[in-house]
Amino acid sequence: MKEHFNILIVDDEEVVLSSITKVAHMEKYTVDSVMNASSALNKISSAEYDLIVCDIMLPGMNGFQFLSAVESKGIDTPVIMTTGYSTIENAVKSLYSGAIDFIPKPFTIDEMTSVLHRGMKYGAILRLKRLHDDSVLIVPCPAKYYRLGYSAWMNQDLDGSVLIGGTDFFIKTLEQIKRIELLNINEVLIQASPAVKFETCDELIHQLYASISGVIIARNERLFTKPELFEKDPYFEGWIYRIIPTELDYEMKLLIPCSSDRS
Amino acid sequence: MIRVKNLFGKISLKLIWVVSATVILTIGVYSYFNIKSQSEVLYTEVERHANQLSESVKNSTRYVMLLNQHDHIQEMINGIGNDPSINNVRILNKEGEIIYSARKSDIGNMLDKHAESCYACHAENRPLEKLSIKDRTRIFRMNPDSSRILGVINPIYNEKSCYEADCHAHPSEAKVLGVLDVTISFAEIDEQIRKNEIRELVFAIISISAIAFIIGFFVKRWVDNPVQELVKATDQVAAGNLNYKIRDLSRDELGVLGKSFNNMTKKLDETSQQLYQSTKLASLGQLAAGVAHEINNPLTGILTYSSYLLKRTKDNPQMQEDLGVIVRETMRSREIVKGLLDFARQSTPKKNMIDVNEVINRAVTVISSQLKINNVSLVKDLDPSLPKITADANQIQQVCMNLFVNAIDAIGQTRGTLSVKTSHMNLSPKGMIHIKNAVCGKTHTLIDADHKINGSPSLKVKIKTNGTEGFVHLDPIYGSHKHYFGITFDRNSTLSLSCPVCDISLIDKINRCPICGGPVYKIQIPNQGFLEGCASFKDDWQQWEFVDRSGERKFVEIEVADSGCGIPPENLNKIFEPFFSTKGQRGTGLGLSVIWGIIDNHNGTINVKSEPGKGTKFTIRLPQGDTGKMTG
Repeated sequence: MKEHFNILIVDDEEVVLSSITKVAHMEKYTVDSVMNASSALNKISSAEYDLIVCDIMLPGMNGFQFLSAVESKGIDTPVIMTTGYSTIENAVKSLYSGAIDFIPKPFTIDEMTSVLHRGMKYGAILRLKRLHDDSVLIVPCPAKYYRLGYSAWMNQDLDGSVLIGGTDFFIKTLEQIKRIELLNINEVLIQASPAVKFETCDELIHQLYASISGVIIARNERLFTKPELFEKDPYFEGWIYRIIPTELDYEMKLLIPCSSDRS
Repeated sequence: MIRVKNLFGKISLKLIWVVSATVILTIGVYSYFNIKSQSEVLYTEVERHANQLSESVKNSTRYVMLLNQHDHIQEMINGIGNDPSINNVRILNKEGEIIYSARKSDIGNMLDKHAESCYACHAENRPLEKLSIKDRTRIFRMNPDSSRILGVINPIYNEKSCYEADCHAHPSEAKVLGVLDVTISFAEIDEQIRKNEIRELVFAIISISAIAFIIGFFVKRWVDNPVQELVKATDQVAAGNLNYKIRDLSRDELGVLGKSFNNMTKKLDETSQQLYQSTKLASLGQLAAGVAHEINNPLTGILTYSSYLLKRTKDNPQMQEDLGVIVRETMRSREIVKGLLDFARQSTPKKNMIDVNEVINRAVTVISSQLKINNVSLVKDLDPSLPKITADANQIQQVCMNLFVNAIDAIGQTRGTLSVKTSHMNLSPKGMIHIKNAVCGKTHTLIDADHKINGSPSLKVKIKTNGTEGFVHLDPIYGSHKHYFGITFDRNSTLSLSCPVCDISLIDKINRCPICGGPVYKIQIPNQGFLEGCASFKDDWQQWEFVDRSGERKFVEIEVADSGCGIPPENLNKIFEPFFSTKGQRGTGLGLSVIWGIIDNHNGTINVKSEPGKGTKFTIRLPQGDTGKMTG
C-alpha cells in the first residue's frame, strides 16, 4: 500500500469541504477540494487522485453527470457519493451509476473515516489488479446473483425468499472483522439502507447496505460465533439474512447482475 | 323589480300563459253554450207568456166583443197595455184597420198586408186562416236602435155566437174576423242576457287572475324558491364555498336534486380537502427536501467539528459531557430531518428495546433551557422499575419533545408546572385495543372514517326499530362504550342491526346477551374472530374472544400534564387531525397528528383530558411487546 493518499473532494458548501478535509487530515490523507464538477474534471485530468468524494447536488453539472463524465474519460478512480438530500433513491442511483459508496450528510467523523478507509482499500485493490492481471484477488459473486454496487449481493431461492450477503470485494476492503451486529428477525430491510454493522480491528464501524427491501425471516446466527465464515465463504456459508422481498421486481432493476462481471 | 321578476320567473310565466289560455277556452266555450241555452229558455218562456197573454186577452175580451161594447174593449186593452213588459196590444179587423190599440194614436190606422205583423199569414198574398202558434210569433225591431220585440198574432175566428150576436156586425160566411196582435218587448230579457254575459266575463277574468295568482304563488314556492336556492348554492360553490348546504329540502324532484347537489358538494369538498391535503403534503415534501438539503450541510459541519472536538478533549470530562450533548442532539437533528423526508414516504418505525425513562430524560435535557426561560418548573415522577419496551427511541423522544414544547407553549408566561410521570401496568385488552377493521357477512367494511369517536374511525351500523331507521356509531375501542346513536329509540323495543351497505343482519341468531338475555350483535374482525356485544344496548356486555384469549397485557404509561391554558372542548376532537393548529404562523399543525401516527404505529393509545384555564393531560400507553399482529 502506498503511503501517500490523495483525495479530491467536490462540494459546493465550504463547511462540508472543510469537514471532509478535517477527517481526511486526521487519517493523514492529502486533499484537494473544488466547488463544482467541471473544475473537478479539470483537476482529474491534470493530477492523479486515489479517491473522489463528490456531492450529488452541485451547481451546473450534478454528481451523476460527473460520474458518467469520469467513466467516459476512462478514469477508474473510485468515487464516493454524498448528499444532504439523502433519499434511498439517491443512494441506489449512485451505486447503480458506478459510485463505490454512498454516505448521507450529515455524517460523523467515524462514519466518514470508515467510508474513506474502504475507498482507499478499494483503490489499492484496483491497483493490485492492474499490476497482476492474471491472479484472482477477488472471488467474483456467482453468475446468477445480483449486487448493489460492489458491496451487497442477493440471490432468490426457489421458494421465493431471498438471501442477502456481502461480496468478497466488500470484505476485502475491511480490516479483520471483530464483531458483527445484525438486525432482528421481523425487522424490515430497506434497499440501500444500513443492514449490517461490522466492527473491525482498526476500531472502525462499517455498514453494509441492504441489496433489496424485505422482512427478515432468518439470519445467519453462526456469524456471531464464527465471523470468519463471512470472510471465507461470503456467497454461501457466509450469508447474512433471509428475507421475504417486498418490491423485488422493481428493485432488481437497480441491481447489477453478477454475470456481467465475467465478460 | 327583481321581486316581480322573481315572482314571474320564466317557468311560472309560461305556466300561467298555458293555464290561462286553457281557462279562457274552457270558460269561453262554457259561457257561450250556457248563455245560448239560457237565452233559449228565456225566449221560449217569453213566447209562451206572450201566447198565454194573447189567449187571455182574446178570451177576456170575447164576451165584451159579443156585446159589441167598444169602450169597454178599449178600456181592457188599455189596462193590459199598461204592463211595462208589454209593448202593445192591438186588435185589427180583416181589412187591416187597427180598431183597438193600447196606443191611442194607432187606432184607425190601416196596416199594409206586407207589414211585419201580417207577413206570417199574408206572405204569398193570399189569406190563410189557420196558423200554428210557432208560426204566429215573430221577432222584429221597430227601428235598428230599439230593442227587439216579440209579436204574437192571434186570429179571431168567426163563431156562431159572433154572427148570431145582436149587433150583427159580422156575417156568418167570414172565417176570420180580425187579429189580436200582442207585442212584448225583449228589452228586459236582453238586458238580463247582457248582464249574464258580463257576469260570465267577470267570472272568467276573476278565475284567470285567481289561477294566475295561485299558480304564481305555488310555482314560486315549489319551483322558484328551490331553483333560486339552487342557483344561489351553485354560485356559492362556484365562488369556492364548498361548505354551503341547501336547507329546507322538499320531498319532490327538486328536493331530490337539492339533496344530490348537497351530496355532490360534500364529495367535492372531501376531494378538494384531500387534494388540498395532498398538495400540502406534496409541498411539505418539497419543503422537506429543501430543508434536508439546506440543513444537512451545516449539520455536517456541526457534527464533524463537535465529534472532532470530542476526540480531542478526552482528558476533559466536563467538555466531553457538553460536547456529547451537541453530538447527540445533532444526531437527533439528523434523524428529525430524515424523519421529515420519511414523513412523505410513511416510514416504519425502527423498533428496538428501549428504556422510556431514558428517552424522557434525554428529551428533558434538550428542553431544560426552554423550561428555565419560561419559568416552568418540571416535576418528574419516573418509575424506576419500568420495563423496557419495543419501540423506536427517536420517535418516542419526538413524541415527548413535542408534548413538552406544547405544554410550555400552553403555560406561556404564567409560571406553570410541567409534570411527567411514567408507570407500568397490566391491562385487560378491554378499553385498550383499537378495532381498525370490521366487516359484515358480505365483507363490506363497517369502519367509518367520517365519524370519529375519540379521534378514531367508528364502526357504522344500521339500526331499525319500530319502523324508524338510523345509524349507530360503535366505539372502535374494544370494551369502551362511547357509542353514538343517530336516532333515539326505546331500549325495550325490538332492535335490528344490519350492514349499512347491504343490509345483511348483524344479529347472532343463536347467542343471547348473558346479562340481559337480549339479542347479541356479531361483527367479523378479519383474521381475528368476531366481536360480540349486547345489541339492545341495555348493558355494556361485549366480548372479543380472539383478544380475550391472550389475557392481560403489559403497558407502559407516560403522562405529560401541564398547568397551562387548556384546550377548549370544541377543539379536543380536532387536535389530532393533520394541519389543525392554534399556533397560527408558528405551527405546522402536524405535531399532534404525527404523534398520533407514531403512537398508532406502535399500537399504543393516546388520550387527552383538558380543562380550559386549568391545564391539559396527555396519557400515552405503549404495549410492552410488539402486539402488531394482535390489532386489526
